[in-house]
Amino acid sequence: MIRLEKRPSPSRLWTVVTPVLAVLATMIVGGLMFWAMGKDPFETIRTIFWDPLFHETFGPYSRPQLLVKAGPLILIAIGLSLGFRAGIWNIGAEGQYIMGAIVGAGVGLAFYPSESILIFPAMVIAGAFGGWAWAMIPGLLKVKFGTNEILVSLMLVYVAESWLASMAQGLLRNPDGMGFPGSRNLARDFPAASNLELISGTGMHWGVVAAFIAVIFAYVLLSRHMLGFQVRLTGEAPRAARFSGVKPARLILFCLGTSGALAGLAGLFEVAGPAGQVSIDFGSGYGFTAIIVAFLGRLHPVGILLAGLLMALTYIGGELAQLMLGLPGAAIQLFQGMLLFFLLAMDVLSNYRIRLTKPEAA
Amino acid sequence: MKSLKPILAGAVLALGLTGPAMAADPVKVGFIYVGPVGDGGWTYEHNQGRLAVEEHFGDAVETVFQESVPEGADAERAITQMALSGADLIFTTSFGYMDATLAAAEKFPDVKFEHATGFKMGDNVSVYSARFYEGRAVQGTIAGHMTQSNIVGYIASFPIPEVIRGINSAYIHAKRVNPDVEFKIIWAYTWFDPAKEADAATALIDQGADVILQHTDSTAPQAAAQSAGNVITFGQASDMSDYGPMPRVSSIIDNWGPYYIARTQAVIDGTWASVNTWDGIGAGMVGIGDISDAVPADVRAEAEALRDALGSGEYHAFTGPINKQDGSVWLADGETADDGTLAGMGFYIEGITDDIPN
Repeated sequence: MIRLEKRPSPSRLWTVVTPVLAVLATMIVGGLMFWAMGKDPFETIRTIFWDPLFHETFGPYSRPQLLVKAGPLILIAIGLSLGFRAGIWNIGAEGQYIMGAIVGAGVGLAFYPSESILIFPAMVIAGAFGGWAWAMIPGLLKVKFGTNEILVSLMLVYVAESWLASMAQGLLRNPDGMGFPGSRNLARDFPAASNLELISGTGMHWGVVAAFIAVIFAYVLLSRHMLGFQVRLTGEAPRAARFSGVKPARLILFCLGTSGALAGLAGLFEVAGPAGQVSIDFGSGYGFTAIIVAFLGRLHPVGILLAGLLMALTYIGGELAQLMLGLPGAAIQLFQGMLLFFLLAMDVLSNYRIRLTKPEAA
Repeated sequence: MKSLKPILAGAVLALGLTGPAMAADPVKVGFIYVGPVGDGGWTYEHNQGRLAVEEHFGDAVETVFQESVPEGADAERAITQMALSGADLIFTTSFGYMDATLAAAEKFPDVKFEHATGFKMGDNVSVYSARFYEGRAVQGTIAGHMTQSNIVGYIASFPIPEVIRGINSAYIHAKRVNPDVEFKIIWAYTWFDPAKEADAATALIDQGADVILQHTDSTAPQAAAQSAGNVITFGQASDMSDYGPMPRVSSIIDNWGPYYIARTQAVIDGTWASVNTWDGIGAGMVGIGDISDAVPADVRAEAEALRDALGSGEYHAFTGPINKQDGSVWLADGETADDGTLAGMGFYIEGITDDIPN
């Protein structure tokens, strides 16, 4: 008989090993699924995990694209992880991402076609502000009225999406766009506001740089700074935290504000670079995927960095598998879903010990 | 060792085939789809066009596709990877791929690109679309005759010229045969979302509509009309004949196959050039699905006559006198609309009581 025995504290070893196990389990079960669909499982897994990095035709293009795809995921996930560690659940990063893009792009477009070098920095600040302000709504409501930040932040995603549709068709619509929705293309038609590759062929744009900086800052904050200690303490032992003088309201506003600002930044860098324009379909789910990335990375800055890259790999590899092997898009989504499923399932191993015992006599 | 034999045989065969006669690789044609190929509407019909290309050219052409590609930052990567994989001709089949198509086209000057429903062209980028508003004219005629409540419900997707043109065309022709007709318009803000589309259809039916026109791609409105009873619908993008003879009484069918075959042939012949194509019923890009028995014979005859007049070019769907919604004159008596105005149409015509959202 198998019995689960709760560990006094999560096993350090298993915390590191379970993500790797989850990836392996996803490969095995996913491979079985591909096999059942009549595809060669080894070729499919290789196409997803290997070809984006090392394929001679696709590799040189896909490797930089990994950074482009992972950048916003990491940036958002880092912000979310601070709150998640303290037990503050910002589920609405997607909305903050969208609002950051709208506010940031709006500031840029207001000065079209200026060539001032101050425009892009102003947009960055506006983008962060947009995300921060949107996250302050659930923050203030929680602090003042005790509302649930999970619900409020999630619902605000849908409000943000409506704002996005309205902006794309109204205020920010391209005057030269023949009446079609969508703003001017910042990346293609507005050099002063564009967030292009810093070094050609590397995929490195300001958003990726910001993501790396965020990883370092979060690491230092959590391991060296008083505020980071308070964040961890509040999550692990809320009562002890209160005795040690942590002010919950300030912590809530700090965590939500920071994650909102980082999500807003991610939106701004995306709208000024890879996406190019404020369009109805701009919200591409990064804000939700980042939640998976945060947990896949164990809420640890370095883990999130790796998890973001892994997630990006499954996206780009999944696209390649669709293209090269004719795999349906839904199969790739299923495959990504499995990854989260196995990760959560494997969590049992870090929180519990598995004991094999003989059935007790009645 | 036993397994080596067929491999060797295959290799010999392959070597034999790569003689001078077969030196040319098959032309590779790629398709980027916005929805799943099984959506039963827009993407389904583009995929039918792809299959028509495969059938027409056989081994001389290889096709690839990628479905459900989001219209945003991911589109450029999907198109670029397709070009990297050796595609010679790539069709990007949704409006939102416009800038991504142009960006990819700049990186691959030797690859030919064709963007559906856009307006930005390049040396190696063509644009193509269909005059769906011609089909809307036929639809409006049937709708005007068939409605008992004089309320026609319209499920619109996004307030872009394409959709506004369709509403105007349907309204003009419904009004012509039934001066009391009224249009109720719901904006679904989606091209494909069965749940939302069903909600919109139900809401319109609750408001008294007994004809539902849709500019969204799923069959959900058909199902909603079927369960409500006594409501007629039209297939959108695809024939949707499963819902005939009631509620689906006819349809507008996108027929991309002939165009895709012609463009592929042009690449094979080396005659491909950047063009702006906007074809309608006449060229076969827009088809009118069979008009079912639920429609009286005289109405059917009238609708078919209109279809043929549009097809032959003797009648234009936007022929004056037509006023704009604010009462100002748009087209004088006998004047027809020019393509430029139609392409950027951002206004309703007189009689529609709704406002275009923005």
